[in-house]
Amino acid sequence: MFYGYIPILRSKFLPPAVLRQDVRLRLFFPKIDKTIYVKDSTRKAITYGGGALVGAISGFFGGGGGMLCVPLLEFSGLDVKRAHATALLVILPICIVSTVVYVLNGYFDFAAVVCAMIGVSFGGAAGAALLDKLGGTAVGLIFAALMIAIGVKLLIP
Amino acid sequence: MTAEQIIIAVSALGGVIGGMGMGGGTLLIPLLTLCAGLEQHLAQAINLMAFIPMSLIALAIHKKNGYVCFKHAAPVSAVALVGAIGGSFAARYAGGYQLKACFGAFLIALGIVQAFKIIKAAVDKKKAAAVARAKNAEISEVSVER
Repeated sequence: MFYGYIPILRSKFLPPAVLRQDVRLRLFFPKIDKTIYVKDSTRKAITYGGGALVGAISGFFGGGGGMLCVPLLEFSGLDVKRAHATALLVILPICIVSTVVYVLNGYFDFAAVVCAMIGVSFGGAAGAALLDKLGGTAVGLIFAALMIAIGVKLLIP
Repeated sequence: MTAEQIIIAVSALGGVIGGMGMGGGTLLIPLLTLCAGLEQHLAQAINLMAFIPMSLIALAIHKKNGYVCFKHAAPVSAVALVGAIGGSFAARYAGGYQLKACFGAFLIALGIVQAFKIIKAAVDKKKAAAVARAKNAEISEVSVER
């Protein structure tokens, strides 16, 4: 009976409006049955610590913070769709600040930036339009495999 | 092809992947360093800059639909800003190779998370379809009885 049921974290002191939506850490846990209560201080520590981590990783690697921000916001009580939208609001100021720091440190090449902007805007529009046609499981898995393969290539000097 | 043309082609590919919401636009950085031969720091700066207009548009659309929650964003955002400044300065002091290797490890982790998410979504979808089918069967049984 306990097979496949993995506990979730839930704050003891959340306001009722938040309590009604399940506050859960469910990135890898599809079946959730049991509830673990965490102290308010623990919840705050996870929120603030996670926020600092999201910012530091985004700044250090120049991106990728959004994927960490979504589960963090889900933990703080948002559903998946709102967490995705709100993550953008968290990431945008981070991006602007990091960009300023990078440019101040001298990492700027006008020609390369203009070329990349042109490419990304057209590519982004095409990607959004193609999402319905290509956005299946298989394509997503191919991209995930591509990410892992490139990661391995970068690790090897 | 000139260097500029290669950059345009590569970033268009990165834009397609980013626009589909896969890889979070992160794939643009290795594409720029490996294919266009840009320096790692510069590629990261370009990725950050390219993200700003895209996310502004997406954010405006989400806000119109009422999906943006300021109350939850504020505490995370405030701490994250401090972290971002620290991280950006740290990137300056990390050498190109160290940064590349760290980025590789980060990319592997992201890829694994991505794969898990996609598989989970597919499984959930299948389950929902099975439940819907069962319901339909029930309804048709009831109507047959009548």
